[in-house]
Amino acid sequence: MTLAALEITSSYYLVLAAMVFTIGAVGVLTRRNVLVMFMCVELMLNAVNLSFVAFARALDDVTGQVIVFFVLVVAAAEVAVGLAIIVAIFRRRRHATADDLRALRG
Amino acid sequence: MIAAAPIATPAVDLWAIAPIIALVATGVGLVLIRALLRRNQAVTPVCFSVAVVGLLVAAGLLARQWHRVRDDGPIVSLADMVRVDPFAVFLGIVIVAATLAGLLLAYAYLRREDLEAPEYFALLLLSAAGMLMMTTANDLVVVFVALEVLSIPLYVLVAFDRRRLRSQEAGLKYFVLGAFSSAVFLYGIALVYGATGTTSLSGIATFLAGNTLFEQTTLLVGLGLLLVGLGFKVAAVPFHMWTPDVYQGAPTPVTAFMAAATKAAAFAAVLRIVLTAFPQYRDDWRPILWVLAALSMLVGAVAALVQNDVKRTLAYSSIAHAGYILMGVYAASSRGREAALLYLLVYAFMAIGAFAVVMIAAPGPDDAKHSYDDYRGLAVRRPVLGGLLIFFVLAQAGVPLTSGFVGKLELFGSVAQAGETSDYVLLVIGVLSAVIAFAFYLRIAWTLVTAPDDDTAVAAAYSTRPRRVDGWTGIVLAGAAALTLVVGVLPGTFIHFARDAVFF
Amino acid sequence: MTEFYRSYLAVAVLILAAIGMVGFMLGLGRLIRPVRAQEQKYIPYEAGSDPTGTFGQSNVRYYVFALLFVIFDVEAVFIFPWAVNLESLGWFGLVEMTIFVVVLTLGLVYAWRKGVLRWA
Repeated sequence: MTLAALEITSSYYLVLAAMVFTIGAVGVLTRRNVLVMFMCVELMLNAVNLSFVAFARALDDVTGQVIVFFVLVVAAAEVAVGLAIIVAIFRRRRHATADDLRALRG
Repeated sequence: MIAAAPIATPAVDLWAIAPIIALVATGVGLVLIRALLRRNQAVTPVCFSVAVVGLLVAAGLLARQWHRVRDDGPIVSLADMVRVDPFAVFLGIVIVAATLAGLLLAYAYLRREDLEAPEYFALLLLSAAGMLMMTTANDLVVVFVALEVLSIPLYVLVAFDRRRLRSQEAGLKYFVLGAFSSAVFLYGIALVYGATGTTSLSGIATFLAGNTLFEQTTLLVGLGLLLVGLGFKVAAVPFHMWTPDVYQGAPTPVTAFMAAATKAAAFAAVLRIVLTAFPQYRDDWRPILWVLAALSMLVGAVAALVQNDVKRTLAYSSIAHAGYILMGVYAASSRGREAALLYLLVYAFMAIGAFAVVMIAAPGPDDAKHSYDDYRGLAVRRPVLGGLLIFFVLAQAGVPLTSGFVGKLELFGSVAQAGETSDYVLLVIGVLSAVIAFAFYLRIAWTLVTAPDDDTAVAAAYSTRPRRVDGWTGIVLAGAAALTLVVGVLPGTFIHFARDAVFF
Repeated sequence: MTEFYRSYLAVAVLILAAIGMVGFMLGLGRLIRPVRAQEQKYIPYEAGSDPTGTFGQSNVRYYVFALLFVIFDVEAVFIFPWAVNLESLGWFGLVEMTIFVVVLTLGLVYAWRKGVLRWA
């Protein structure tokens, strides 16, 4: 095998992104701690960012990189609002698991 | 140093985005007023008036746009990212009307629940601005940003009742699933971008028409993820889990706003994405929509049947209604589009009317008692209010001479028109769902007209002083009832209105 | 198999691979980890010490500062590319950035008037 065959192409990044995205998605769906679920969503968003950059590189097009800026900013706004809601609930309940949210079962 | 070469900047047609600017400016202005009049008693009425004026300005601008885009064709601006066409303006009008209802209902509600905060009005308007953005978006990135601009204020609005744990938990639940669905949607954008090299909806269509893809997997998975992400927002089964909890937990004016406006905005994105960007892939997305529509209609109707809570029942029924509207998208014809648009309009008013009555009629101070027992005999005790709720649920059931009947007829007609076996199967499922739905709507109506069984319940029902209907809520109720009746009796004008609006 | 369905084969393979990967990861964990049910395992982990049941040490106020920092920090991402291309973007860029910064400042004014910036 020549060295050229080992060159890292953008598809490696895409596969990595797909894996990270899957891990994040499964985490949101199976974990019970709200903060961990929250971090898993961030993992998903960052996986998407990675694939945007990889595609931008592969397509030689700057759009994908610009989109990442928007995703970053939107994610930050989302984090702020989400954490604020979580803090508001914790001030009353002191628990951090989704199972404790009994009021809305079913 | 050499003088820097100017970078080409996009032409900005302010006229095209004027309604959005009006809403954003009002929302931001409200935040400023709130900050400056911190200790002033008049801050809530002032903010309320400003918000109403801002919405009316936006409505006026939309009305002007309507005539211009209908006669002169769509306005495309901001580097092809914004497309103002009759379709966008029609749904924009629905959204602004629903926002106005959410605003008027909230005024007395917030005072009653001791939640007075002008932030509510600002959040509502910013969310509405995101929805208008969504209707005009002609680029997947704009759809995504609009999705977030409409969702983030909604998370806060759902959790707005800081004294009621249920509201905050609903907000958290909506937030987690909303963020999850946004991430899924975004991954869909990434894959579609990777497959086609563009995020512009018309650009994707042009690319797909001109090129044969070497491998389709990326694109198909991307399209699927886009539909999943939007499925969450329109509350289609199997992505509906959040709907009953969030609709039940949210303050009732917010529920009314969500049911009417969020649905319109999310369907705007669904229609635009599948019909503008992926007409080549009709055979791929239609089966997906078929399944979503069939499941939503059946699961929504059956689950609503077994609820013990009026607000939850209405939430499940909204899932069934999403299924009906998906039939119109599935039809993928201009007739189907017209039917979907008309149904979004009529459903908005039926839902707002029903939730407005629910907001007034629930006994107790906390907006928490919505069980069937709490509503028993309402139409006997308060004939007008109970009668209105009966009228709205019968309209949702699709009884003739109401707008719901006209809407359903158009939707079923659009599916029947396509005329293949699978279309007829979907049609049968739709009719079956409507029949099941009729049962639980009748159950609500029956509960309202029967007196409570035992004396203690009667005493309890009568001991709570009936809540007065304030003027603003009265206006919303009257408007919703009038429109529901007028569309049912004289559907012609509205069908023409929707027919004018099918053009992208 | 028609061409139409063949194009979905890859999708099916991908879905199976995704399910397989998740199943493998979770299943492997289940197989190799010892399962010893203990009461202590179900209490939250707080740096080794027993949880006191409250978030006593960290004041909620710090959250507000952290959240404000995150937002304003990330918004700067739009300012850097603009600053680099200041001349080429000309008046258009200046107007856009002014609107952007003014809206951000309004948020800061709101936070200030709400009193969340007061430390004591």
